[in-house]
Amino acid sequence: MKTGGLQRQQGAGWLFVVPAIAVIGLFVILPIGMALWVSLSDWGGRGSPFSSDVSFVGAENYSSLLAEPGLARQDLMLSFRNTFYYVIGVVPVQTVLALSLAVLLNNKFLKGRTFFRTAFYFPSVVSSVAISLLFLFLFAGGGAINNVLGWFGVNGPNWFADSRGLIHMFGDAVGLWTVADPPGWLADTPVMGLSLWQWFSGPSVAMSAIMLQVIWTTAGTFMLMFLAALQDLPVEVEEAAMVDGANKWQRFMNVTVPHLRPAILLVLTLGFIGTWQVFDQMYVMTQGGPAKTTLTPAYLSYQAAFDNFNWGEGAAIAFILFALIFVLTTVQRWLLRDRSDDTPRRGRRRQSVIADTDVRKAQA
Amino acid sequence: MTTASRSTTPATKVEPEIQAVGTKTGIGKKLVFYVVLIFFAILYIYPFIIQLITAFKTNPDATNNALSLTPDPFTTGAWDTLFSSDYPVWFTNSIIVTLCVTAGRVFFCSLAGYALARLKFTGRTTIFTGLLAIMAVPGVVLMIPKFLVLNYIGIYNTYPALIVPIMVDAAGIFIMKQFFESIPVSVEEAARIDGAGVFRTFWSVVLPMAKPALITLTILSFQGSWNELPHFIIATNNPDLYTLTRGVAGFTGGSLGSGNQYPISMAAALLMTIPSALVFIVFQRYFTQGANAGAEKG
Repeated sequence: MKTGGLQRQQGAGWLFVVPAIAVIGLFVILPIGMALWVSLSDWGGRGSPFSSDVSFVGAENYSSLLAEPGLARQDLMLSFRNTFYYVIGVVPVQTVLALSLAVLLNNKFLKGRTFFRTAFYFPSVVSSVAISLLFLFLFAGGGAINNVLGWFGVNGPNWFADSRGLIHMFGDAVGLWTVADPPGWLADTPVMGLSLWQWFSGPSVAMSAIMLQVIWTTAGTFMLMFLAALQDLPVEVEEAAMVDGANKWQRFMNVTVPHLRPAILLVLTLGFIGTWQVFDQMYVMTQGGPAKTTLTPAYLSYQAAFDNFNWGEGAAIAFILFALIFVLTTVQRWLLRDRSDDTPRRGRRRQSVIADTDVRKAQA
Repeated sequence: MTTASRSTTPATKVEPEIQAVGTKTGIGKKLVFYVVLIFFAILYIYPFIIQLITAFKTNPDATNNALSLTPDPFTTGAWDTLFSSDYPVWFTNSIIVTLCVTAGRVFFCSLAGYALARLKFTGRTTIFTGLLAIMAVPGVVLMIPKFLVLNYIGIYNTYPALIVPIMVDAAGIFIMKQFFESIPVSVEEAARIDGAGVFRTFWSVVLPMAKPALITLTILSFQGSWNELPHFIIATNNPDLYTLTRGVAGFTGGSLGSGNQYPISMAAALLMTIPSALVFIVFQRYFTQGANAGAEKG
């Protein structure tokens, strides 16, 4: 290329990226900086956060959330507890369900593949608000779910009003303890503002309903990714395994699963990132209730700032959540790192981006 | 683009050996297989059928006969209530916002993606690294920060507040950059030798070749902005500026008066699903390709 072309590219290059940089700078980078200041201040939501009557309080917001006993820390710990059970419930189940659906759909003799694929993927394109309204109705006291449970003689709970924890209920059912009178060593041992009894509650019935909803919605999204990876599996490899006399299950475990490893890692990572951010369902369906059992860090942060005008605290929760997601995904990537293949594939990078947009759409 | 062709080949080309396996599969196994799939299909389709039917029920009927597929009596009362509420305003707002955001995202992400893929300018690598870092910031973490800036620069409660902050998307830039890198450079060089400027070359030579990527990005942007909730919560508290997601989310907060009013909320949810469903049905093969693009080896 001629030098004239290079000079032209210099100017044009910047001209082309300026709109994008301006928007991202103004609405991502500047906000992060401003929120960092607010999280270190006592700003109450009135006037400019930079005016002279707003004072710097240092790490006060952070320490009242993490170190000092009180309502702020208790709420944050409750939200961590709830979201922890939510994440370890949703991520494995949605991954296994997505993989199973994809393997079923990838069967060669299947007729009507497009129909099934469309049916399973459809909830992924529907807004979380619309799905939430639908599930509020399905899980209502006299709703469709409880009607179906009734066929089997099961008296369904009043899902979204039920704050009982699943582990509490399970222990009660098998005679480990009675929920009305929890064992003293659990009830009287406080850790970070909650008793051990509270920590080991399990997800509440209300949270379980939301978990079922999210699994139902996102399994289809991830199914499509697995399906794409499965169609990429070279036929020759499977043939070779067949000639070697491997049966179906052996072929699945020794040929298909290793081939899908990158896709599984990606789905797990996206699953963890998405589930820790859960917000929409709480905003639409439960507002953190009943008895704060569906409170999540994202919703708590919103509530602290927009409902209680505790802006410093709200911003601090957002940063704590950010740090938590960052640490957890780093640890997870390290634990599940690909030991056999150290050179990153470009395709994987690209997949993660497209998938990421998909998942934000589905879970955000 | 290789993705376009490869997505169809594995599905249609059935190897003889595999076919043999297919025929070896017993009738009984096949039956179990279809029963499982149909069970899941019902699990996925039935809720939407209930939703459709409930939208034509009366409230007591919906509450007492949740599973019944025959409205008794049949009524369009929920729809009448819906159309006399603010729902049409929200619908209009959603259309305005979605169109602006989609047009903006497609244009600005293509521009930036092209510059990062092809143009040599100082700071290109730094900008690209920055973009990757920004994609790692979780969306909900930005709610309070974005509100602070919207409020500070004085555009809170305006259309620009709803549109501009989500008009550029780092992931969109990334998709376009990847695509432009797959187009042969020779085409642009020919145009340049003919004396076309950088923008002319981009606009009338490169962009038309990027149609598959543009369609994918259009769909992603449309779905993303039509279904967006958190940003619209923090960008306005003026009911005249509510989009569908924001307005309808308030239905659960008792804004409809007493009772649950299930038929109305089902009708509202149904109607706001129709545009996404249409886009999905019309462009279905691009959704599959979007996922398949990832499977392509780099």
